[in-house]
Amino acid sequence: MDETLNWLSQHQQMIYIVILSVFLGIEVIGRVPSVLHTPLMSGANAIHGVVIIGAIIVMGKAESENLLALVLGFLAVILGTLNVVGGFVVTDRMLEMFKKKK
Amino acid sequence: MELNILIICYLIGSVTFIIGLKMLSHPESARNGNLIAAAGMAISIFATIFLYEEEGLKLGNYIWIFSALIIGTILGTMAAKRVKMTAMPEMVSLFNGMGGACAALISIVEFDHLSHQIQAGATADRGILLIIFAGLIIGTISFAGSMVAWGKLNGKIKDFSFNGQHIVNLVIFGVIIALSAYLIISLDTAANTLFYVVFALSVVYGLLFVFPIGGADMPVVISLLNSFTGVAAAFGGFLYDNPVMLTGGILVGSAGTILTILMCKAMNRPLSNVLIGSFGGSSAGSSGKEQGAYKEISISDSAVVMSYAKRVMIVPGYGLAVAQAQHVCHELEKLLCDKGVEVNYAIHPVAGRMPGHMNVLLAEADVDYAKLLEMEQANEEFPMTDVVLILGANDVVNPAAKTDPGSPIYGMPVLDVELSKLVIINKRSMNPGYAGIENELFFQPKSSMLFGDAKSVLQQLVTEIKTL
Repeated sequence: MDETLNWLSQHQQMIYIVILSVFLGIEVIGRVPSVLHTPLMSGANAIHGVVIIGAIIVMGKAESENLLALVLGFLAVILGTLNVVGGFVVTDRMLEMFKKKK
Repeated sequence: MELNILIICYLIGSVTFIIGLKMLSHPESARNGNLIAAAGMAISIFATIFLYEEEGLKLGNYIWIFSALIIGTILGTMAAKRVKMTAMPEMVSLFNGMGGACAALISIVEFDHLSHQIQAGATADRGILLIIFAGLIIGTISFAGSMVAWGKLNGKIKDFSFNGQHIVNLVIFGVIIALSAYLIISLDTAANTLFYVVFALSVVYGLLFVFPIGGADMPVVISLLNSFTGVAAAFGGFLYDNPVMLTGGILVGSAGTILTILMCKAMNRPLSNVLIGSFGGSSAGSSGKEQGAYKEISISDSAVVMSYAKRVMIVPGYGLAVAQAQHVCHELEKLLCDKGVEVNYAIHPVAGRMPGHMNVLLAEADVDYAKLLEMEQANEEFPMTDVVLILGANDVVNPAAKTDPGSPIYGMPVLDVELSKLVIINKRSMNPGYAGIENELFFQPKSSMLFGDAKSVLQQLVTEIKTL
C-alpha cells in the first residue's frame, strides 16, 4: 500500500499530464466531419509513432556486448521510423487530394 | 544547458501534436496540421538523439541509430508513396502495427535489462515492472491485431471464428493479467520464461480478437488498435519519464477512442456490437428470403437513359475503388454535364472501406467538391432524381437496413436510392457485399443490373454516350 502511494506521489506530474491529455484529446477531436475520419486516424497513427523516442533511447544506451538490446533496439528504431515517416506521408497524400478541390 | 534545450524541444513537440490534431479535424487546415505535427516529431527525435542523457551519459551507437532511421525512412516513404489510394486503409493498419511492435520491443529490452539488474542484487521497482508489462501487452495486441486487420483488408485473411471464441479470448486475457500480476508482485524476474509466455499469449489474444470481426468493420477496429498503440507509447513515456511520449501517446489514445466511437455512430452501431456481434455469424434471420429475379440492362440502354435524364446521381462504393475507376467516372460525369444533365455523387459516410474513402478517391480524379453530397443531402435529392448509377456499392444502399429488423445491418442509415425513378446497379456479379447479406434492392422492379468491372463498364458507357 505504502509502495503504491509513494509511487503515485513520485509520479504525480506524469499522472496530471495523463489526465489532462485524456480530456484534451477528447476536446481536440470534438466534432470532426466524417469526411476527415480517415485522414485524422492516419494522422493520429503517425503521432503515436513518438514511441520511436523510446526505441532511440534503448538503442543509444545499449552496451556493445548486449546483443539482445542492440538487435531488438535496432529493429524497434526501424519499426518506429516506419510508423512515423510512413504515417505522415500517407496522411499527407490523403490530404493532398482534398486540397485541389477548391 | 543541453538538458534544458531538450526539455524545450519536447515542449515544442507536445504542443505541435496538439495543434496538429486540432488542425487535422478541419478540412481547410488539415494538411498543414499534419505537417506541423511532423515537424514537431522531427524536432523531438533529433533532440533525443543529440541531447538526451541519462545519469550524465549521452546516447551512443549513433551508427546503429542513424542506419535504422535511414532504412525506416526509405522503406516508409516508398511504401507510403507507392500504395494505391484503394489500399490506404491497409497501409494505416500496417504502420499502426509497426508502432505497436516498436512499443513491445522496447518493453522486452527493458525487461531483460531489469532482470539482469535484479540478478546482480539491485532492488526492483514494481511500478517500472508494471509499466513494462503494460507496454508489452498493449503493444503486442495492437501489433498482432493490426496485422490481421491488414490481412483482412487486402483479402489475404478470411473471417474466422469458432464457438465459444469470446470465452476463450476472455480466458486468455485473464491468464495474461494473472501471470503479469504474479510476476510484478513476486518480483520473480528470474522466471524469464513466464515473461515470454505473457508475450506469446498477447500475440494469440491480438489475433483472436480481430479474427472474427467482419471486414466491413475493419476501419473501426483499426481506429481502436490505433488508440491502443497510443496508450502503449504513453507507457513508454512513463518508463523514460519522457513528457513528449506521454502527451503524444495519451492524446492519440483518447482522440483515437473518440474517433472510434464517432465512426461507430456514423454506422449507427454501438462499439460493443462491432466487437462482439461479428457480422455474418447471426445473419440467419432473413437470408433465406426470396432470391427473386433481377433484370439486366445493356450498356447502350444505360447510356441512353442517362444522357436523356435530367438528374443523375452516382453512388460510388468499394467496387469503384477496386477498379480504380475514379478518373473514368469523372469523365462520364463531365460528358453528361456537357449534355445538360445534372450529375451529383451521393457519398455514404462509410462507403468503401473507411469513412471518407470515397471523398479522397474522387478528389484524386478532380471531381468538384460541391458535387459530393453527404447522405442527408443526397436522400433529399433522390425523389427528384431520374437515374441512380450505383458503382460497386452494396450494403450502403440495402433497404433491409430500414425494413428488416433481422438483418445484421438493421438500423444503419442508408441511401434511399429506391426513391428515384430508375436504379442502375453496376456489380461484378450477384455475390453479396462485404457484410455477406442479400440486397433486395437488386430484385425491385425499378432496379436493373449492369454487370462488369466498374472501370470497363464506365469506359464503355463513355464511348457509347459520345456516339449518341
